[in-house]
Amino acid sequence: MAYQDHSKKRYTWPDLVVIEFLTAVALTIILLVWALLVNAPLLEVANPGMSENPSKAPWYFVGLQELLVYFDPWIAGVMIPFIIIVSLVMIPYLDNNPRGIGHYTYSQRRFAVTHFIIGFSMWWILIGIGYFLRGPNWQFYWPWESWGAVKGVEEHLWSPPPWAGVTGLIAYLTLGMILPAIIQRGLYRRFGTFRYIIVMSILLMMYLVPIKILLRLLFHIRYILVTRWFNI
Amino acid sequence: MENKSALWRWIKGSRVYKSIFRHGYEDTKKNRILQIRSNVFLHIHPVKIPDHAYRIRFTWCMGGITFFLFLVEVMTGAFLMFYYTPTPEQAYRDMLYLRYDVPFGMILRNMHRWAAHLMIFTIILHMLRVFLTGSYKPPREFNWVIGVTLLVITLLLSFTGYLLPWDQLSYWAITVATNMIGAMPFIGHEGPLSLLDRYHDIRFLILGGSEIGSNALLRFYVMHIIVLPVTGMIFMAVHFWRVRKDGISRPL
Ligand code: HEM
Repeated sequence: MAYQDHSKKRYTWPDLVVIEFLTAVALTIILLVWALLVNAPLLEVANPGMSENPSKAPWYFVGLQELLVYFDPWIAGVMIPFIIIVSLVMIPYLDNNPRGIGHYTYSQRRFAVTHFIIGFSMWWILIGIGYFLRGPNWQFYWPWESWGAVKGVEEHLWSPPPWAGVTGLIAYLTLGMILPAIIQRGLYRRFGTFRYIIVMSILLMMYLVPIKILLRLLFHIRYILVTRWFNI
Repeated sequence: MENKSALWRWIKGSRVYKSIFRHGYEDTKKNRILQIRSNVFLHIHPVKIPDHAYRIRFTWCMGGITFFLFLVEVMTGAFLMFYYTPTPEQAYRDMLYLRYDVPFGMILRNMHRWAAHLMIFTIILHMLRVFLTGSYKPPREFNWVIGVTLLVITLLLSFTGYLLPWDQLSYWAITVATNMIGAMPFIGHEGPLSLLDRYHDIRFLILGGSEIGSNALLRFYVMHIIVLPVTGMIFMAVHFWRVRKDGISRPL
C-alpha cells in the first residue's frame, strides 16, 4: 500500500482528539439504542439439580466448547487455550522477517499472514458451528431444523491401536518438520534450525486440530492415540 | 472570537482563572502544543502524529474503541454494584430487581452486557490489525506481549462476570468451564496423571469448594470488580505508554 509522504505530521489537537470524541459519542448512542432494544439474557434462577441443555458458553468461548466434541476436556479446555496464548506471546520473537511494518502487506509477509489468518479463521469457524449449529446434547442441527427433532445417538467411533497411533503421529510430526524445510529452503535458512523447529511445532499442533476433526468426520476415528493415561 | 467585555477580561486576567487554564485558546501552533502537553489526560497523545495514523483504514480505531468500552464497563459496573449482592440467595433477586424496579436498571445491565461483548469483539479486531500491519515487530515486541496479557484479562473479566447473575445460563456455563479446569493434567482431579483429589485440586482453589456455591460466587465477584480491572488498568497504562514512546508503527 502506498503512503505518499510518511514524514508528514499533523497536530493531534484538535484533529485526533475530535475523532476520538466523535467516536465516543457515536458509540455511546449505539450502545444506548442497543441496550434499549435488546435485553441481556436472564433465565430461571440457578438450579444445580437441573442442567440446561444445551448449555452454551458465551460466544467467544464456544469455539473451545465445540472442540470438546473432538478432544478430551484437558486438551480442548486447557492445553489448546494455553498453547494459543503462549504462541501469541511468542509471535514477535519468532517472526524475524523485518519487512512489512506499519502497513498492510501480503506479499512481503506471506508465511506469517497465511498461517495467522488460517488460525484466526479456524477460531471463528468453530465459534460459528458451536453457536449456530449445535442443539440439545450438542448435536448438529441445521438452522432450519427444529431442536425438537430428536437426533440419533452418536455414530460408532473407533480408535486405531496404539502402535498405529504412535506411528501416525510420529510420521506426521517428522514429515511436517522435514518436508517444508526441503521444499522451502529459503524459509528454513531465514529461520535457522532452532527457530524453525519452534515455529513448525506450533504450526503442526495447530493443523492437528482440523486434521483430527476431519479424521473423525470422514473415518469416524475417535482418538488418534490411546494410552493408559491420556488420549489424543 | 475574542470577547472583549471588561468582565471577561477581568476573569481571564484573574489569578484563579490563570491557575486553572494555563494558556489561551486561540488557534495557534503554540496553543495546540500546550493543549496536549499541559493536560494530564490528553498528554497520552503525542503533540503530532503522522498522517497515516489518522486513517480509519490503518488502525480501524480499534485500540481506542476497546479502551472506551472498558471505560463504559467501569462506569456501568459501578452503578450495578449499588444494586448487587454477591450471594446465591440475593444475586438473582437483584437481577429481577434491576429489571423491574430500579429506574433505568435494565438499560444499565444491558449496556454493561453488550459493551462487554463488543469489547471482546473489538479487542480481537485490534489484535488482527496489529498483526496485519506488522506492528509487533521491533521495537514493539513487548507491547504485543502486554496486549496478549490484556486479551487474557479481558476474557477472564467476562468469564468471571458471567457467573454473577446466578441464573441457569451462568450457572451451567461456568459449570462446563470449571469442569474443564478440573481436567488439567496433574493439578486437576479429573485430568490425566492427576495427583490431587477433588477437594485439593485447582478447581477447588478457583471455586473455593468442590461445587459452585457461595464461595465461588464471592471469588468470581472479587476478581471481577477489583483484581482483574485493576490489573487491566495497570497493563493498559503500560500499553499506552509504550505506544506513546515507540510511536505508532509506520512504514520505513
Ligand atoms: C484492553 C485491551 C487493549 C486496549 C485498550 C488497547 C489499546 C491500544 C491503543 C489505543 C493503541 C494505539 C493504536 C491503535 O488504536 O491501534 C494500541 C496499539 C497497540 N496494541 Fe493494543 N490494546 C489492547 C489490546 C491489545 C492486544 C490484545 C494486542 C495484541 C495481542 C495489542 C497490541 C498492540 C500493539 C503491538 C500496538 C502498537 C501498534 C502500533 O504501533 O501500530 N493490544 N493498543
